[in-house]
Order: sequence, then C-alpha cells, then structure tokens
Amino acid sequence: MADNVEDDSLDRIKGGDYVVLKRGDIFKAVQIQPKKKVIFEKQWFFLDNSVGQLHGSTFEIASGGILQPQKPKDTESSTDAKEAGTDNRNIVDDGKSQKLTRDDIENLKEQGLKDQEIIQQLVENSSTFSGKTKYAQAKYINKKKKKYENTVTILKPSCRILAMMYHGREPGKICHLRYDMLAQMLTLANIHAGSKVLVFETCAGLVLGSVMERMGGYGSVIQMYPGGGPVRAGVESFGFPAHFHDMLHEFPICHVNALLAGTLDTTAKDPDAVSNQSDMAAEEEQNPPKAEQTSSPEEIKTEEIKMETNSGADDGYDPAKEEREKRIEAKAQEKKVKQEEKRKKLASAAALLEGRNADGLVIASRFHPCPVLMGLIKFLSPSRPFVVYSQYKEPLIECYTKLKELGGTVNLRLADTWLRHYQVLPNRTHPLLLMSGGGGYLLSGTTVAVDRSNRAGSQRAEEPAPKRLKVEDTDG
Amino acid sequence: MSFVEYSDLIQDGDVAIVYLGHESMMPVKVQQGAQTQTRYGVIRHSSDLIGQRYGSKVTCSKGGWVYVLHPTPELWTVTLPHRTQILYTTDIATITMMLELKPGSVVCESGTGSGSLSHAILRSIAPSGHLHTVEFHQQRAEKAAEEFKEHHVDRLVTVRNQDVCKDGFGVTGVADAVFLDIPSPWEAVGHAKAAMKRQGGRVSSFSPCIEQVQRTCEALADQGFEEISTLEVLLRVHDVRTVYLPMPDFGPDPSSQTRPDAAEIKPPTSVALKTTTLPRETQGHTGYLTFATKPRT
Repeated sequence: MADNVEDDSLDRIKGGDYVVLKRGDIFKAVQIQPKKKVIFEKQWFFLDNSVGQLHGSTFEIASGGILQPQKPKDTESSTDAKEAGTDNRNIVDDGKSQKLTRDDIENLKEQGLKDQEIIQQLVENSSTFSGKTKYAQAKYINKKKKKYENTVTILKPSCRILAMMYHGREPGKICHLRYDMLAQMLTLANIHAGSKVLVFETCAGLVLGSVMERMGGYGSVIQMYPGGGPVRAGVESFGFPAHFHDMLHEFPICHVNALLAGTLDTTAKDPDAVSNQSDMAAEEEQNPPKAEQTSSPEEIKTEEIKMETNSGADDGYDPAKEEREKRIEAKAQEKKVKQEEKRKKLASAAALLEGRNADGLVIASRFHPCPVLMGLIKFLSPSRPFVVYSQYKEPLIECYTKLKELGGTVNLRLADTWLRHYQVLPNRTHPLLLMSGGGGYLLSGTTVAVDRSNRAGSQRAEEPAPKRLKVEDTDG
Repeated sequence: MSFVEYSDLIQDGDVAIVYLGHESMMPVKVQQGAQTQTRYGVIRHSSDLIGQRYGSKVTCSKGGWVYVLHPTPELWTVTLPHRTQILYTTDIATITMMLELKPGSVVCESGTGSGSLSHAILRSIAPSGHLHTVEFHQQRAEKAAEEFKEHHVDRLVTVRNQDVCKDGFGVTGVADAVFLDIPSPWEAVGHAKAAMKRQGGRVSSFSPCIEQVQRTCEALADQGFEEISTLEVLLRVHDVRTVYLPMPDFGPDPSSQTRPDAAEIKPPTSVALKTTTLPRETQGHTGYLTFATKPRT
C-alpha cells in the first residue's frame, strides 16, 4: 500500500518538463531547458539546477541566476520581536524611522545577504518597529518578505494552478474565465474518463487541457477550431504524457455545415488545398485519377512546376536547375505527407462526429456563443450535458431564448459564481478581496430527444406569450 | 447505466432521472414490472422505460409527458434522498478542481453523509482511482454502501464505519487528496496527513462557521500544511425573462402636429425587453472551503 522509494523517479524534475514557477501567489509556466534564462518577478535565473530535484521543491536564487535547493526552513524566530506596542498613539510618520538608506540596502543585497537577513537588518534599524503592535509587526515583516524574497518554488502543472495562473497573468487570453467558473464548467459538463467530448474554445488551450486532465487519457476529445488551426499553447503547459495526445482530435468549424449536411468528403484531398489550387488543377482533381491514386493536388503542382522549368530549359543542361527541381520535389513530397496526415485527422474527427453521439459539449470563446452552440449541439446524444461560457451575459440570454424556442433541451440555467477569499489568522480573520463579476457567465443544460411531432407547434409557444397577453390586457 | 459511464439505452436495474419540469425531478430505480406514479400519471417501467433511449420523452397514463435522463452526479445531487445536509454542485465543482482530482486519484472523505460529494468524486477518479470514505453513523454508512452497489460504482469505493477523528481513514500513505465535512475537522487533520502519500497532496475542509475554519487553519499550520487558503463560492442563478416597461405619455406633441397624419401614429404604450432577474431570495452561505497542500515528507 505505502509507496515505495522508486516512485520518486516520477516526481523528479527532468529536462524538457513543463513546470510552473511560484512565488507567493504569482505563477509562471515554463519548460525546463538547458542554459535557458528565465525571468520571473524581476529576477532572472537558470533552471538547470532544478533537474533531478523533486517537484514542489523551493530554490534560492544565488548570484549568477543559479538555483540552490532551499535548506530546511529555520523558523522565523529571528525576526520575532520580543516587545510590541499596544496602539499607534505615539507613532509619528516623520519619514526617518528607517535608519538604513536605500544605498545601504542595495549594498546588503550586493553582499548576497539572504532575504531573512535583510529583513532582520531593516527591523533592527527601524526606530518604530518595537513600538508597533504585534499585528503591525507581522504585517511589516510580511511586506518586506515579499519585497526581498528571492526564492522560487517549482511545481508540477495542474488545472488548478494553470487556471489561477492565467487568470492572474493573462485574463484577456482566456476571455476572463475565472478559475472557479472553469471548475463549474468541468463539473456541469460531467467531464470524466471514457466519454466523447466536444470542446470549442479560444482560451489558449486552458479549457481543452483541463478537459483532457479530467479525462485522464481515456475517451476522446474533439477540439472544434476556428481559422487555420487549433490553438493549444495552454495544453502544452499541462505537460501531459504522450498517450494523452492520442485522445485528442481536431475538426475545423468551417466544415461543420458540410458535415451536418452529409456533403463533407473526407476521402478527397484536403479541401483547403483544393480551394487554393488553380481552376485547372481543381478540374483535373475532379477527374477520376487514372494513374493510381497518387495524383494529389501537390503532385499536380509539381508537375506544373516541372512543365514550367522544362519549357525554360530549352537551351541546354543546367545542374543548378536540376538541383532546384529536386528540392522543390522533396518539399512537395513533404507537403504531401503533411496534407495526407491532415486529411486523415479530418477524416477521423469527422468519423467521431458523424454518429452525432458525443457525450458532452464545452464552449468558451470570444465568438458569439449562439451560432456556435446551435451548430455544435447537434452532435450530442440525447441526455447529455452542455456548458457555454461567455464573458458577457446578453449573448447567453439569446442562447437561452433560442434553445427554448427550438426545444431539445431541459434544465437550462444561466448563472455565474461569486468568489470570496478569506484571511484566516488569530484575531485577524476577514474577507480578503471581493471578486464579484468579471468571472463571466455560464449557460448549462441537458439535451433530450427532439420531438418531431411537436416541433412546429413549440416554435412560438413556451415562454413570453402569456405574460404579454396579460400586459396588453391591462393596458388596453 | 453507471454514474461513471454513459450508456444509450435504459436497462433493468438502472437508476434513471425523471424530469417532470423546471427544477422538478425524481430518481427512479428501473425494475421489470414496476410502476412509478407522477403527477402526469403512471410510468410503467417494462414498456415505458426499459429499452428506451436515455433522453427520450415518455408519455404517462394521463397523457402528460416526462423526459427520462441518464443519471449524473449533478442530477443525483438534486434528487437524492437526504439523510444529512449535503454539498451542492457549486461547492463540489470547486472542491474537485482545488483538490486536483482526476482519473486515478486516491481520495479520502469523511463523512460520507448522503453521498452527494462521493458520487462526484467517483465520477472524477474513475476508472483507476479509489475513494475511501468514512462515516461514523452506522445506518448511513450501510445505506451509502448499498447505493454505491446499486449505482455500479462499488468497485471504486470502500466505506468504513468508524470515527475519523479517533480512528482515522483506515488507510495510511495512499491518498492524493482528503476531504473533510465533519463538525470538528481540526481533530481529523492529523489523520488526514497520515492518510496522504509521502509525496504530498491536497486537503480540503468544508465548515459553515468561521470559528471552525479558524481552528482548522491552526491545526493545518501546526501539522505543516502549506498554501492554506480559505474561500467561499456562491452560485447566482439568473432567471431569463421578457419584461415590459410601460412608456410614459407626455400628451400630444405640438411640434409634430405639422403633419396631419401624425396623430394616427400612437407611440407604443410599452416596450418589451429581454433581460434577467436575480431571484428574490438566494443562498447567501453554504460553507467556507479551506484548502491546503501537504508538502512532501
């Protein structure tokens, strides 16, 4: 039952690992790379020394940006003051209470003094410190600690840490999705191992990564993406094992309509590429390929190029030209392989979607949520949850109204969450900061089978009708 | 059906959630030959449920209809038979993320209570994790164990009938996360630490009163826990509705009298507006959630 020692190897930091640096409440995600300078909280250092240490270790930043594992903490008794005042009636702000000048402090820093030693010096040279209440003393020390601390903790990434990091550092990149709201989404969408989940997000991959973490590599996630390709920077930061990526599929939303209409041909060449071809190439492409199945658009392209070069090579043999030709051909070959891969990916994602039996839908994007939801909800099985996040409430009101009109969903709920942190200290317990609003809104619900016989009738019915009648009655 | 795995068709022995209307649902144990009474009439399990697809509409004897939903921990939370106060989805969601639960996590929980959180934990840690849950009330412990079996999740959970404050969780050095929802969590903090892996992990405690929180935080600090943080999350539900705001009548406007036909166009008496309202009364407090990290030892 108890873990054995060799388990340690899994907990040790390796080169190439994705980790999160932490100091106080500040996080930063980085990859461990040899001799790479990392800037964190106005300090720079190298992560090389962290390799081989345990995740969760704290390091001191020595001169030259070298990390040194922190020795077991000596308790802060050194800075604990023996005497303390009871109130501040005799404390006057004359700006002269600190005997050390700025230069003195800089000097101390240059001497390589530890943060605790600097704070000790500051305390000793503060004429008012001993007169402060013990609470004010603790506050003073904490403030100085924050300023002079030169340690960094290296953590294994998780949904909790990354969600807090993004919210603190780059809320704009994740549509201001607050971490407690992300938690609601994962739970309300019943994300768990073995299911088939659709994700549409423009949150740098944070939502996608969180969904993948909760699925633990079991089941499948289909990322529906806008534009040229899926954004997954945040997914990288999770540092998932390789097999997690086997569960991840992608499908461009620009093909959703075709897929729904059954006109998406995934056996054909890459549709994106086709649209970029010249008319002639496209025409040729539609003709049934006589010579095997190799006449892909790329090949046609190379042929075109060949033809061009041939026509220009009338006046003799040119080795440079041949070389160039070869390079072009190699490049085309490479491109062809890539496109074939892309086509296969598209086909596999399309196959997963075609059954329209997905188990969950998670939307969190900067796009108008209404068309996204209306398009993607069609891929869900009945009796499956969906969640739509939006930074703004109004578009979700529209989604709500539209879903009520169309039917096919129950348990619709538009909500947000309210988060409050507390400082809990003896005799000093109180709420920390209010985080009302800014966390965005969430529309959630459950799909049900669409009732065909009743569908036309329910278009108009449902909500506002009776109330309007009432109002009109009283008016006129 | 299982709480940790979706299936398409309703089978004998399943638990199905009958959706009667907004905020009105009930759990039904599907049994060959059984009947369930609803306000829309009777549901006959053999013909109306078994073999039907989850999410389909079922017409009851009086001509009314209901939807039958696949069970999820969230639906179970709002329909389960209460044996105690329970944790609701908003707190559960926060706990799940802050405890970093995922497939494979080993979790300790006390008390089991009505099993609201337990089902959510099991969903998140399946298929390879395990839940050790401790409930000192014998009848509740037995009932919970029975439910886990009915819900086909018993292989993922061990229920122990003991006092967590005295006897701990019954396991040592195995847990990635510990959750405490008991009146005196500070008495169980030491046991929580003992139950956790040497590599460390996350702990959480739910308490309604701030005095409980203070004692718990003190105990956590004494036991060497780090990153101690207390927070509160509340759900605000917005009711979507159309409101009609009456328009004031300022009487005829002389400046518009220049056109003879102007008098015929009456200004609207009210304007429709799609908006949301907050319920008149809403939950103001459930409990404080305290989280901490056990460092590696």
